[in-house]
Amino acid sequence: MTREHITTTINGDPVEFLCDAEQTLLDVLRDELRLTGSKEGCASGDCGACSVTLDGRLVCACLVLAAEVEGHEVTTIEGMAVGDQLHPLQQKFLDHAALQCGVCTPGFLVAAKALLDRNSNPTETEVRFWLAGNLCRCTGYDKIVRAVLDTAAEMRG
Amino acid sequence: MRYEVPETKGEAVSLLAMAEGGGRVLAGGTDLLVQLRSGMVKPDVVVDIKKIVETREITAENGGFRVGAAVTGAELDEHKALKKLWPGVVEAVELIGSTQIQGRASMGGNLCNASPAADTVPALIAAGAQCHIAGPDGERTLPVEEFCTGPGVTNLQTGEFLVSFTLPSRPPHSGDAYLRFIPRTEMDIAVVGVGVSLSLDSNGICVAARVGLGAVAATALLVAEAADALIGTSVDEGAIENMISAIRSACRPIDDKRGTIVYRTQVSGVLAGRACRIALQRAEQS
Repeated sequence: MTREHITTTINGDPVEFLCDAEQTLLDVLRDELRLTGSKEGCASGDCGACSVTLDGRLVCACLVLAAEVEGHEVTTIEGMAVGDQLHPLQQKFLDHAALQCGVCTPGFLVAAKALLDRNSNPTETEVRFWLAGNLCRCTGYDKIVRAVLDTAAEMRG
Repeated sequence: MRYEVPETKGEAVSLLAMAEGGGRVLAGGTDLLVQLRSGMVKPDVVVDIKKIVETREITAENGGFRVGAAVTGAELDEHKALKKLWPGVVEAVELIGSTQIQGRASMGGNLCNASPAADTVPALIAAGAQCHIAGPDGERTLPVEEFCTGPGVTNLQTGEFLVSFTLPSRPPHSGDAYLRFIPRTEMDIAVVGVGVSLSLDSNGICVAARVGLGAVAATALLVAEAADALIGTSVDEGAIENMISAIRSACRPIDDKRGTIVYRTQVSGVLAGRACRIALQRAEQS
């Protein structure tokens, strides 16, 4: 079977890869490009652990075919910190202990950043609705929501 | 499986026709990728229609809008003029899934997936939306209520695909609304969904109405008797009660884990009444 040759941009860097038509963006990120920050939880778009942005739009990487990203821009959790400098959301998740097992955390961070990029002053209700597609089975939602609100307040200065 | 990204409707039609039923159309993929993974569908070719400009645009047309079949929920939500003209349709789209799903899912996909419980379909039926279909014999137009023929089954023939919708213009004093019932606050499949659209004359008399009903029959229904109960009235409580009776008579639901026949029938009437009052209020304010 011929493999698709895909040219795309991931976290600002030009990237080329080969994939099968069946492979999802999540499969390629994790298994071909070794960007294993995005997690596979449900593989059906319910849990949000594989959240990435595609042309700035929050999506589940498990529901995107890898071949679809040809010519588009993807950002993943690996693009969030700048070198050793954590993004304010990452720091606040640590400060608020907004994680336990950590599997949902990359997805929550990517989703929360997509929210703050659009709305620098969300209400608690807006945060909860925006993050409703990210599931945490350790049930750390309160701490996560507080970390996001605290980050927003700090980033507004 | 092959992946193809045609840039014209003609190429897409050729690919689908050549696949002789072994092709699947990809828009947002929120249903298709789940079906692929579970092995529910095993297509020879997936035809991604998103490079065909018409499937991705919202354009003003004759006082209404042409909306591409692959326009995402997030894009519809951000389109202020469309939301102002057809708030009930956009509300219905917004009810589908999470932020992540809204970033990909489309009205076209929701219709083509042909679930009887699809949220956008009753709202599109109430709006009098038309489907524009491209195929080997050219293009054709079909009212939304005629598109699905059964659960998971559509009117599309081999080689055809849904390109766009027309959401028509509307006179002053018009409003629409969509409500659904689910057992929790967010992200579930409708037990019942009702869309109502109506127009009033300058004296507040209802001159046009359409009511779409979902999740209580094999396909979403256009309930003409419910609209007839409103037309010619001032949409007073008596008229709304008559409309509710017509809605309950039209229900042909199944018993399943989401709701019993009796329950779905009861809730259909309640939701229809509420959606009608919201549509009325919007009509009075527009």
